Amino acid sequence: MSAIDKLFQRLKSEGKKAFMPFVTAGDPSLDFTAAILKRLDAEGCHLAELGIPYSDPIADGPVIQDSYTRSLQGGTKLSGIFAMASEVTSEITMPVVTMVSYAIIYRMGIDEYLQQAIAAGISGAIVPDMPVDESDELAAKCKALDFSLIQLITPTTPRDRAVQIAEQTTGFIYYVSITGITGERTELPADLADNLKWLKSVTDLPICVGFGISKLEHVEVLKPVADGLIVGSAIVRRIAAATNDPSKNQDVMDDVGGFAQGMLSAIND
Amino acid sequence: MTSHFLPKPSPDASLPDEKGRFGEFGGRFVPETLIAALDQLETEYYQSQKDPAFQAELDVLLRDFVGRPSPLYFAKRLTEHCGGAQIWFKREDLNHTGAHKINSTLGQALLTIRMGKKRVIAETGAGQHGVATATACAHFGIPCVIYMGEEDIRRQQPNVQSMKMLGAEICPVTTGSRTLRDAVNQAMRDWMSSVADTHYILGSVVGPHPFPLIVRDYQAVIGRETIQQSQERFGRLPDAVVACVGGGSNAAGMFYPFVAETDVPLVGVEAGGESDQPGRHASSLTFGKPGVLHGSFSYVLQDEDGQTDDVHSASAGLDYPGVGPEHSHWKSTGRVEYRSCRDDEALAAFDLVARNEGILPALETSHAIAKGMEVAKERGKDEVVVICLSGRGDKDAGEIQRLKNEAAARQT
Repeated sequence: MSAIDKLFQRLKSEGKKAFMPFVTAGDPSLDFTAAILKRLDAEGCHLAELGIPYSDPIADGPVIQDSYTRSLQGGTKLSGIFAMASEVTSEITMPVVTMVSYAIIYRMGIDEYLQQAIAAGISGAIVPDMPVDESDELAAKCKALDFSLIQLITPTTPRDRAVQIAEQTTGFIYYVSITGITGERTELPADLADNLKWLKSVTDLPICVGFGISKLEHVEVLKPVADGLIVGSAIVRRIAAATNDPSKNQDVMDDVGGFAQGMLSAIND
Repeated sequence: MTSHFLPKPSPDASLPDEKGRFGEFGGRFVPETLIAALDQLETEYYQSQKDPAFQAELDVLLRDFVGRPSPLYFAKRLTEHCGGAQIWFKREDLNHTGAHKINSTLGQALLTIRMGKKRVIAETGAGQHGVATATACAHFGIPCVIYMGEEDIRRQQPNVQSMKMLGAEICPVTTGSRTLRDAVNQAMRDWMSSVADTHYILGSVVGPHPFPLIVRDYQAVIGRETIQQSQERFGRLPDAVVACVGGGSNAAGMFYPFVAETDVPLVGVEAGGESDQPGRHASSLTFGKPGVLHGSFSYVLQDEDGQTDDVHSASAGLDYPGVGPEHSHWKSTGRVEYRSCRDDEALAAFDLVARNEGILPALETSHAIAKGMEVAKERGKDEVVVICLSGRGDKDAGEIQRLKNEAAARQT
């Protein structure tokens, strides 16, 4: 049983839902990423998604794109990200998964990537540009290593295909709330709750919802039908105010920490 | 004519397989959001290929609107200048809108209508694909949005003006290197949100399956006509065929009907830019490695972490860090030889063709001509080398003058 399976088993027994923040590795520095992960853990967040910056992210809106650009321009390398993760994961409770393009995994090699990620204490991967049809090799290797491969289901996914994706997924299902790219939205689609109810009826896996989520009102709608909420752009936008001077970043840490606290209380009150 | 002109059976000619793979290359590495639209496109495309009414409509458009077949022209003075094999140009520059791109945009616009989609988006580098898309959309009355990098908007102004006059909306792309690769990213992001009612008319044989297949098939009219015209003119096939490769659509269209004709050497020409240093060229097949970019597995210029390298070419249409997966397959099987051509060699070829033939070739095409002359010099006077003259160079007049002024300033 992976760290993520254990997390959701515990949450289920406590009747709780997961709050899962996303941060971009190396924005504005890996030191800051380490500090913000520790802070989010201390606030009680349940799982962190660590975005591996990529030069050509087609599923991401401007906020996350810009954070990737800042990180890469700052010289972030995969080796540095794993070194940082290795230090942080030994000090925190929440599992960490990477959001990573298959371009990056392929270049390093699937075996090498998994070995290094596991050595760094990382529990799983979300590979947004690798649909289920291309995932056989990676899925088999992840399964053998008890490393979760979290696959995505979207509003455009036909239902028979959604069932097939659920069967290939480990850890939790990432349900994409909207047809579009990442970024904060005011409104969520009207049929979102119904789609989640249907998905819940065909799988035992936890279902976590991401893309567009940023407001307390979203939490109210999703709480009854989702096992967890993923928030990226609303956090990355706050982190964009951070600088390379650590003494000046306390305000940003408090802003992000306060936002996480608000979402956590809304989810589990 | 004798029977050896008939295509021989070849495993290559049946590719891609059902997963969209050309050998190990191709596939679909895109977000799940787009998969349903790609499935729909694949289904409708295969059905349209078997629909005589669809094919008849496209054939009439290619004849009466585009002006096909395009001529096969003997470049007599260029041949004399080189002193080797006869050089012939397949004149895609004489197509309506001045390049091969219209062959694919008309077919894809018809597919858009067939799928019931109401809006078109496209990326463009040199602007030729943007103009051809805007033209097809104006012809059918479909609203269209073209993504174009700011750097390309600067260096390809005449095409930007044409697209606007044709009623297209131009979205300048200001991210990354502000060139073709960034325009593809931005078009894909638009499609992520608009996929229900929008078709993405991709301009090259790149991207996720079925785009490399569809664009190649629509462009294959170039190679089919070349084979027929060669039979009529020479009573045989050419002794070598040359085309430029950015994403690789004119080359794929020219080469594909020749793939089974294994006696005919095929030469693809990539942009060699200023030097072999990373960032100073766009030769993905020559210097790249297999990897993932823009939805397919193919040769790509990347660093050791899988981040896409910056690229450089004087020509906006070849300034791209990836290449179509079928080209990667042809490289790995050795069916096509790929050479790399520097900016200054292409500019010299442009001048030579302008003054000796009275033709202004596109800067992209000038790369093919430079290496085509090299191929001709390697061969005897009785041999025939066909170069795909993929586009006209009027769009490049301003940029060529600017590059010449820059070079002159460096000399002084």
